[in-house]
Amino acid sequence: MDFLRPASWEEALAAKAEHPTAVPIAGGTDVMVEINFDHRRPEYLMDLNRIGDLSEWEVGEDSVRLGASVPYSQIMESLRAELPGLALASHTVASPQIRNRGGVGGNLGTASPAGDAHPALLAAGAEVEAESVRGTRLIPIDEFYQGVKRNALAPDELIRAVHIKKADGPQQFSKVGTRNAMVIAVCAFGLALHPQTRTVRTGIGSAAPTPIRARAAEEFLNAALEEGGFWDNGKIITPSVARQFADLCSAACNPIDDVRGTASYRRHAVGVMARRTLTWTWESYRGTAARTEGVA
Amino acid sequence: MRVSFTVNGRPQEADDVWEGESLLYVLRERLGLPGSKNACEQGECGSCTVRLDGVPVCSCLVAAGQVEGREVVTVEGLADYAKQRSCGDSCGTSLDEAKGWQAEGTDSQTGEGTELSPIQQAFIDAGAVQCGFCTPGLLVAADEMLERNPNPTDADIREALSGNLCRCTGYEKIMDAVRLAAARQGEAV
Repeated sequence: MDFLRPASWEEALAAKAEHPTAVPIAGGTDVMVEINFDHRRPEYLMDLNRIGDLSEWEVGEDSVRLGASVPYSQIMESLRAELPGLALASHTVASPQIRNRGGVGGNLGTASPAGDAHPALLAAGAEVEAESVRGTRLIPIDEFYQGVKRNALAPDELIRAVHIKKADGPQQFSKVGTRNAMVIAVCAFGLALHPQTRTVRTGIGSAAPTPIRARAAEEFLNAALEEGGFWDNGKIITPSVARQFADLCSAACNPIDDVRGTASYRRHAVGVMARRTLTWTWESYRGTAARTEGVA
Repeated sequence: MRVSFTVNGRPQEADDVWEGESLLYVLRERLGLPGSKNACEQGECGSCTVRLDGVPVCSCLVAAGQVEGREVVTVEGLADYAKQRSCGDSCGTSLDEAKGWQAEGTDSQTGEGTELSPIQQAFIDAGAVQCGFCTPGLLVAADEMLERNPNPTDADIREALSGNLCRCTGYEKIMDAVRLAAARQGEAV
């Protein structure tokens, strides 16, 4: 094994071009587990910690450009207003020690269906900034996840940042696990209201081979909210609409039975989380609820 | 490869480090600092918690090469670290003091002859140590929380220690110990 230690982003891109099998390591919270357990013996390990730019973020007009290595603890602390869904999701990641090291770039690189950031990114709307010596491209988040632990990156590409839409309405994140810390999601759900476009977006984690959106559920809810004039009259969402939305979210899942839970439990739990997160965000949109914190 | 970094205020060099080796392994097996414990090797248990440039991390998940040129504090250095912190600016870091600091910590194997940090003393006084395996990680995590948050609520303590597993105590004595350390810290000010 060779340890590559690029001092700049340009050096990192050059190294990745020269050694496409190089495994980037930032927080190490995924990569080191695989190395410690002998599940992986990369030819090259490429440390990205020396590249300070990766740990920085910029708040723009419409979106936040979040450096790939910005740790979850920083997102919780500094970006709660701009990225409430991702901040809530970040708070459910493992433990303080892990949140101090891990970041969204790693979550995307690993592309596990159970990654906590994914439902929040899908719900908010995001683009992954991938770069190689050949150039930079922005990959829409919906096209990024390609299979179980597979993503849309080319072998010579690295994740520079994620561009995440700033919240224009309430967002929520919910996750099922056996305790509040150190839990890999049994399943997870993110929901964002977008009052500007009068749309709702969703993200489902750990209930399909990749993180997914519940598109049929979104379309149904968008139409129902429009038809009932809900965005204007701010009425409580009709229970039958919420139920139908929840059922469609469950139906969007394609889960498996595994050690953490069964497929049918996941389907059921996603429906429950969909209904709850819709209620929480809608109450917040109506300006009546005091509830601001999600339930992990 | 060779890795040079600072551990508990002292420059250290480790040679023949394998590229996939963890910081934890370097500390324990190459630098003779076995205080940080090796248990899960996947960041679940927190028993290997150290400060990396001041930030609590699981040393089992930091590649050794990533600490080149950086500063690590382990449980072995906690007493000195706490002392330096409580002195604040008044202590400064004069050459004499720096020399004195380096001469301390005579026996890293047993810790005998080493002063304790307030959090270590509180763990002893509250009976928060049983088998002791999780204790170093808990001490480092708890000490960092008290540095950041001198008046923690119970929820703050639980959250700060949520990445550290203990299978003996049921955590209640550990909670007592952290509350005790916080109270003593408050009195001292």
